[in-house]
Amino acid sequence: MISRRDFLQVGMAASALLGTSGFGNWARLAAQQRLTQDQLLQFETFGNVSLIHVTDIHAQLKPIYFREPSVNIGVGGNKGAVPHVTGAEFRKLYGIEDGSPSHYALSSGDFASLAQAYGRVGGMDRVATVIKAIRADRPDAILLDGGDTWHGSYTCLKTEGQDMVNVMNALEPDAMTFHWEFTLGSDRVKELVESLPFAALGQNIFDAEWDEPTEIFPPYKMFERGGTKIAVIGQAFPYMPIANPGWMFPEYAFGIRDENMQAMVDEVRAAGAECVVVLSHNGFDVDKKMATVVSGIDVILSGHTHDALPEPAVSGETLIFPSGSNGKFVTRIDLDIRDGRMMGYRSKLIPIFSDVISPDADMTALIDEQRAPFEADMAEVIGQTDSLLYRRGNFNGTWDDLICDALLAERDAEIALSPGVRWGPSLIPGQDITREDIFNVTSMTYGKAYRTEMTGEFLKVVLEDVADNIFNPDPYYQQGGDMVRTGGLGYHIDVREPQGSRIGNMTLLNTGEPIDPARNYVVAGWASVNEDTEGPQIWDVVESHIAKMGTVTVNRDNNNSVVVTGV
Amino acid sequence: MELTRRKLLALGSGAMALSSLTGLPAFASMMDDAIAKLTGGADLGEGAVTITAPEIAENGNTVPIEVSAPGAVAITVYADGNPVPNVATFKFGPLAASRSASTRIRLATTQNVVAIAQMEDGSFQKASANVKVTIGGCGG
Repeated sequence: MISRRDFLQVGMAASALLGTSGFGNWARLAAQQRLTQDQLLQFETFGNVSLIHVTDIHAQLKPIYFREPSVNIGVGGNKGAVPHVTGAEFRKLYGIEDGSPSHYALSSGDFASLAQAYGRVGGMDRVATVIKAIRADRPDAILLDGGDTWHGSYTCLKTEGQDMVNVMNALEPDAMTFHWEFTLGSDRVKELVESLPFAALGQNIFDAEWDEPTEIFPPYKMFERGGTKIAVIGQAFPYMPIANPGWMFPEYAFGIRDENMQAMVDEVRAAGAECVVVLSHNGFDVDKKMATVVSGIDVILSGHTHDALPEPAVSGETLIFPSGSNGKFVTRIDLDIRDGRMMGYRSKLIPIFSDVISPDADMTALIDEQRAPFEADMAEVIGQTDSLLYRRGNFNGTWDDLICDALLAERDAEIALSPGVRWGPSLIPGQDITREDIFNVTSMTYGKAYRTEMTGEFLKVVLEDVADNIFNPDPYYQQGGDMVRTGGLGYHIDVREPQGSRIGNMTLLNTGEPIDPARNYVVAGWASVNEDTEGPQIWDVVESHIAKMGTVTVNRDNNNSVVVTGV
Repeated sequence: MELTRRKLLALGSGAMALSSLTGLPAFASMMDDAIAKLTGGADLGEGAVTITAPEIAENGNTVPIEVSAPGAVAITVYADGNPVPNVATFKFGPLAASRSASTRIRLATTQNVVAIAQMEDGSFQKASANVKVTIGGCGG
């Protein structure tokens, strides 16, 4: 008898063979030098239920460039497994032709020249066009937002998320879950959530005082569509008060809480759900593990780690769909749900090529309305870049090098630390750097740039601690994100070692001398989760530095001084 | 600003511990001694007692845990990295409808929280959960 797992894999192989995912077609289309909106949207409607997934938009309303990582190390059981496969290896794995649109959308390598050829990606007016087209096929498609929506831009920071709420409401989502939203502070989160015309879900969002579920964030919502019942269970980012400032939302506790997830799955199944979907902000590897611990989940819509895969991954008996970030992708999943179970699926990760997909005029107008009060301030040109500026990757990207150099210079420090977040669009050589661009890679509600002293011993503790949050072989102990970015400090890291033994050869780049555990070093950084942090805002620090440089050419010494082994 | 080391230690989790540098907690053997004293050196079974704890503590000063063991007369909780590993003992009478308890405990550092259940037949059961206490990373 064919097992459920075999069935899912056969389904995937058939879909690849028939090209129903649309994925295999892109390279051929590219070879013919044409790519149209119809081809990007082409989808043979299947089954009786459609899901639409967007996630980690990070408030990017307008088209941007976004380079995928070239370094994304998998550890433990995930070594060498997707999404820890990058660049040419990734293209080989999925049969993607070099230089094709899929190469540009999904993998790193030759990014700057491909960006010139294929143009920007994303833009919520293009996303609106795609969602409308899917709804034209399937009017009752369920639109689900995986969170990290109300954070990441100038307008989002200034309006405390209102711009994104207005834009997303116009798309009429059915449910949402959360992460960076909480950094607006719990009062603002509550105010916005209570205004939402859709469900704010999180089975793992608990009241911190009593460690019990909240009323404002229900665990799940049931949908009756296509003659069946689908349950959507929300899973917020589990490590909010650890990775972000807990003092901003002290009323809430999080965690993975997979035992409660199992209870919720059992509850919705008992209530008649024939299909269980988890709208997750766990991160890909955590989702993969959760699918093997919790039984009865059909589909996980995966967010947080910003991965984009052209086909779902199968873990246990669950399909996992990671849908990228920054508005670059929309995933459509059609499901055939009959006789109490999911019988088949067809899916497509739709890349939002901004020059190919026409913007929805109403949405363009709504976006411009949000931006209008700030447009002049945002558009101011601060400098130009000769270098490709990007962030994604386990260690310093060029944006991080530039930010660390700004901290060293503007704050007169020996060592700079910059957070290993995964958001922040790219700029290609020759582009102006506007104030908006700087906010896109720095904006947050706790952006003050501190200047302090740390001993060499403590610096090692910081590096070891952050490294274990990324390279712990058990995904449940990983928080997502990447290694803390360093300026003026070189080190070696062996990712296979346990916490306390990964980091060695720490060097002060300025002098080439080894870091002395007992000596104090002047350290500048930003995004401290400490409530009393003082200093200028990081975007002002970076702007001042770029203005002085005029044209930015990134010095890669910071990145090249990090030596990685154990991969 | 004056960002003291003490404040840095308080980042995010209240109890960021330098002992994370030293590998295994030094107090583990104290816990083993305490367990041996409780059980008289009897074999420890597994499966009948469960412990629920967060994988990573949001605040090391107050970590919510729950222990459950149907058929237990007592459950003792230890934290093997605390200076005093004994945390609590919950006793259940014959009429207790539910042999489970939840509380909050303070954890000095990343360590194992261990539950030893004494069953009605006098045998002992063990369950363990590793709870990480961290200064935290930076999310996606």
